[in-house]
Amino acid sequence: MRVIDTKKITSSIITLIERASFEAPDEVLERFTSLRDAEEDETARATMEIILENAKIARRERLPLCQDCGSVVVFAEMGQDLRLEGAPFVEAVNEGIRKAYEMFYLRKSIVADPLRRENTGTNAPGFIHVDIIPGDVLTLTVMLKGGGSENMSSLKMFNPTASIDEIIDYIAAAVVDAGPNPCPPIFLSVGLGGTADAAMLNAKKAVLRGIGTRHPDPFYADLEDRIMERLNGSGVSGPGPLGFGGKATAAGVFVLTAPTHIASLPVALNMQCHSFRCEREAL
Amino acid sequence: MNWKQLQTPLDDSALETMRAGERYLISGVLYTARDRAHRRIADIVETGGPLPFDMKGALIYYAGPSPAPPGKAAGSAGPTTSTRMDPFTETMLRLGVKGFIGKGKRGTSVRSLLGEYRAVYFATYGGAGAYLSTRIVAAEPVAFLDLGPEAVYRYEVREFPVIVVNDIYNGDMYESVLRRK
Ligand code: SF4
Repeated sequence: MRVIDTKKITSSIITLIERASFEAPDEVLERFTSLRDAEEDETARATMEIILENAKIARRERLPLCQDCGSVVVFAEMGQDLRLEGAPFVEAVNEGIRKAYEMFYLRKSIVADPLRRENTGTNAPGFIHVDIIPGDVLTLTVMLKGGGSENMSSLKMFNPTASIDEIIDYIAAAVVDAGPNPCPPIFLSVGLGGTADAAMLNAKKAVLRGIGTRHPDPFYADLEDRIMERLNGSGVSGPGPLGFGGKATAAGVFVLTAPTHIASLPVALNMQCHSFRCEREAL
Repeated sequence: MNWKQLQTPLDDSALETMRAGERYLISGVLYTARDRAHRRIADIVETGGPLPFDMKGALIYYAGPSPAPPGKAAGSAGPTTSTRMDPFTETMLRLGVKGFIGKGKRGTSVRSLLGEYRAVYFATYGGAGAYLSTRIVAAEPVAFLDLGPEAVYRYEVREFPVIVVNDIYNGDMYESVLRRK
């Protein structure tokens, strides 16, 4: 049986947080470059230009891409033929968070209690989701999630007989209402089906499919295209880059579905701001 | 691109010429304050203690920067969502604040207060904290250091880019953008 010392998990979390904080992924920058080039409005082009410039400065100067260095959301896929040794898994992850936020001068944004609001001073704890999968590999995905975009999340339990148009209307209205707050262009992540909690979690996971990828099911690829057209197409009221006007309200739409109850049709939305910070490593 | 230059402190004659949608490069002084700094200032006003900085003509930046790494004036320092500070805006205006910088829409009550007290709300570039950091030439902690990222800092800025969202005439840049489409 393969054994992993959880010290390795700690050091992997540190590396992933560092990369995510300072280095915008190439595919994200490519996407933004083409969105910039498609803008006709001068303000919108300038806004996209500043977002691209920000990524260059962050990488060069080792300044975080955004001062909201996020909640640390960790998705772990743990091979079931694997054994962990050392400090408890959760402790190993949180140790990585504590070290990284101190070492790299990242902002610590976590309060220990939702009502009494004392800052933990470390940005720990992280929010950890574990899936047990076949094999003997542990894959860690770190997502740094800002408060401004997270606050624009929503969930609606539709009637199972709702039409696709009603669902698209709901999604478009949520994005337009959010306006500048989630720092568009956003990567819109949609969880369809499941239970309320499963839909919300899928709405976080959907974007992990990869920027620039298409949904493998043509039916849902088409739905994603329709949502995208609705948000960025002409004649609609999307707020555009940072809400300053222009075409690029969304930089991508990602749907993740799950089986659901005969009485239910949950639709959950999670918005990723343009500061997309997500890194992965297999151990 | 059309940027106008703006110097702090802001006076009424500068505010009178500003219109929603215009872009400015601000040089001078900003004070950072976000949720809990506002709460504390409101408490001070109520109990009557000394204020943490001179607020007459001041420009408040809704921001909670990342820590400054060695050799840099400031860490990443982009705007936070402004509407959370709406409940405190009148208190700040009464103290003489003349401008606010943040991101996102304000409530309708804030918009009319801006007209009443003659002050302006600007947006800057959300999520461009590294870019904006390079426009901060000096930073000094001023108050509430126990609040960590929510402490008040005095920033000296050079050509800090902003867009006028709400002018003193009830104009709103975000709304006119949606109407244009
Ligand atoms: S929404 Fe994202 S980009 Fe905007 S301030 Fe928050 S974390 Fe930064």
